[in-house]
Amino acid sequence: MSRWVRGDATAEQLSDQLLSPVWTPASRVWVAFVLLTGAGTLMLFGLIAWTMVEGIGLFGTNIPAAWGFAIINFVWWIGIGHAGTFISAILLLLEQKWRTSINRFAEAMTLFAVMQAGLFPILHLGRPWFFYWLVPYPSTLEVWPQFKSALPWDAAAIFTYFTTSLLFWYLGLVPDLAGVRDRAPGRLRRRIYAIFALGWSGSALAWRRFRIGYGLIAGIATPLVLSVHSIVSADFAITLLPGWHSTIFPPYFVAGAILSGFAMVLLLLIPARAVFRIHNVVTDRHLDVMAKMILVTGWIVLYSYVIEVFIAWYSDSEFERYQMLVARPFGPYGWVTWLAIFCNTIVVQLFWFRFARRSLAVLWIVSLLVNVGMWCERFVLIDISLMRGFTVSKWETFVPTLVDWGIFAGTLSFFCLLFLLFLRFVPFVAVYEVKELAQEPDDEDDDDG
Amino acid sequence: MDEGMFAEFDSVDALRRALVQLRHEGLHELDAFMPFPDHEIDALLGSRPKSVTRIGGIAALCGVTVGYGLQWYLNAVNYPLDVGGRPPHSPLAFVPITFETAVLLTALATFAAVLGLSGLPRLWRPAFEIDGFERASIDRFWVFVAYDDPRLERVRVRRLLASLGALRVIESSAEVA
Repeated sequence: MSRWVRGDATAEQLSDQLLSPVWTPASRVWVAFVLLTGAGTLMLFGLIAWTMVEGIGLFGTNIPAAWGFAIINFVWWIGIGHAGTFISAILLLLEQKWRTSINRFAEAMTLFAVMQAGLFPILHLGRPWFFYWLVPYPSTLEVWPQFKSALPWDAAAIFTYFTTSLLFWYLGLVPDLAGVRDRAPGRLRRRIYAIFALGWSGSALAWRRFRIGYGLIAGIATPLVLSVHSIVSADFAITLLPGWHSTIFPPYFVAGAILSGFAMVLLLLIPARAVFRIHNVVTDRHLDVMAKMILVTGWIVLYSYVIEVFIAWYSDSEFERYQMLVARPFGPYGWVTWLAIFCNTIVVQLFWFRFARRSLAVLWIVSLLVNVGMWCERFVLIDISLMRGFTVSKWETFVPTLVDWGIFAGTLSFFCLLFLLFLRFVPFVAVYEVKELAQEPDDEDDDDG
Repeated sequence: MDEGMFAEFDSVDALRRALVQLRHEGLHELDAFMPFPDHEIDALLGSRPKSVTRIGGIAALCGVTVGYGLQWYLNAVNYPLDVGGRPPHSPLAFVPITFETAVLLTALATFAAVLGLSGLPRLWRPAFEIDGFERASIDRFWVFVAYDDPRLERVRVRRLLASLGALRVIESSAEVA
C-alpha cells in the first residue's frame, strides 16, 4: 500500500467510495448552497446584462485609472487557475505521486477559475459583443488585429489555456466516467455516463495511447501555464507606466499565481474532504505538502517584492521611486499594500512549523488570507500605478462602485456553483490513478519528518 | 479484432503471468482490459508505433507555421499598419501567439489521436455483452485473444488460461456479439 493512500481498501471499495458521490442523493446542505450560489450567479448575469445595456460607466474606472476591478479580477482569477495545471501537469512530469488524489479537483478549479477570468476582459471591452474582433477573420473592415499589441496575445493565451485545460481534464476523466457507467445504479444514469465515457473499455492498447497522450498534453501544458501569466504580465510590463514597466513581471506573476492557486485548492479541498470523508485518499500529508508549496511560492513572491522596490530605487527614476517608495506604501490605498505584504509574505511563514501545516484551521485561514492578499496585490499593482502616473495633474483616486463589487461577488458565486455541481456529478478524485497507486509497493524514500 | 476468447483474472499480477504465457505460446493478437494502466503490460503486448506522439508533433509544427505565417501575412503583407514607426514584421512580438497556436493545435490533435486511434467514441462493443465485464473498469482484469490469431488453438489456450488462474474463460461468438 502506497504511503499516499491510507488504509487497506480494495480496488472495489476505493471505486465505490470515490464514485458513489455521483449517485448518492444530494444532501440538504448541498441543495442549500446550490440555491445560494445560484442566486449569486443570477445576480452576476443580471449585472452583466445591465453593463451591456448601460456601458462600463457603471464601473469605477475612469481616466487615469482606466483599469479597475475587471482587470484585477481577471488577473486574480486566471492566477488561481494556475495551481491546477501546476498540480496536474508539472507534478505529473516530475512523478510526484501525491498529485494523484487532488489533480482532478485542482484541474476543475482551473477550468472554473479561467471561466470567471475570461468574462472580465470581454466585459471590459466596453462593447463586449464585438469581442470577436480580436480574432483574425476576413471582414469588410479589412483591418486585422494588431499582433504587436499584448491584447491579442492575451486573447490567444486565455483561449488556448481554457481549451487545453478542458481537454486535459476530460481525457483524464474518461476512464472514471466509464467506472460510473459500469457501477452506478439505475439504467438512465448508466446511459448518460456511457455517452460521456465514449465507450471506454479499459483496453490495454487504449490505455497505452491514453498514457502517452496524457503525458504529451501535460508536457505542453507545462510551458503553457508559464506562458499564460507571463503574457498577462506583458499587458503591464510593455507599457511605460511607473510600477508596470519592469522585466521581473513574468516570473513574479507566475509565482504569485501558483501561490494563490495552491491556497484556493486548500480552501476548497479541506471542506470537501470533510464532507465526503475521503481522509484515506487525501491524507494530512497531502495538505502538508501543499502548505510547503505555499511557503516556497510565498518566498518567491517576497523576493519579487524586494527586487521590485530595490530596482525602483536603483533606477534613479523619480517616478519609479515615488511609485514604489511613497505612493504604494503611504498613498491613499497604502493599507492595501501592507495587507498584501502581510498576507502573502508574513502569514505564510507559519508553514515553517509542522503544527501549522497539520492544523486544518490554520491551513484554511492562511489559505483564505493568501487569496485576500493576492487580490490586494493585484489591486496595488494595477490601480495605485494608474492613480500615480507621470503627470501630477492627472492624479486621481480610483473608487470602485457597487456594480464592481457585485460582479466580483457574482463570479465568486458562479465559481462555487460550478464547483458544487462538479462535486456532485463528476468523480472528483482520479479513481483509476488512486487504484493504481494503492496497489504499488510503498516508496523507499519516506522523507516525511 | 472483436471476437475471441476472454479470460477474467482478479489481480494485475495474474494478468501479467497470463500474458507472459500467451506470448510464450506465440500468440500476438492479444489485448487486455483493466481498470488502470500498467507499464509491464504495455511491454508484454509488444511495442507499437508511437502514432500519438507523431500526430502531436506534426500538429505542433503546423501550429508554429500557421501561427507565425498568419501574423506575418496579416500584419506585414496584407495590411501593414505603421504604429510609432515599428517594423510591420517584428518576429519577437509574434512569438507569444505562435507558441499559443502550437500548443492549441497539439492539444487538439493529441486528444483526437488518443480517442481516434483507439476507435473511440464507440459506445458499444461485443465485449460489453459479457456478463460481469463491467468490472473491468473497477477491479477485474481481462485477457483477450482474437480468433484471427493464426497460432490460436482454442482448446489448448482455454485450458492454459484456466491453469493460470482465470476465474472464467468466455468465448465470444457471432451469436454473443
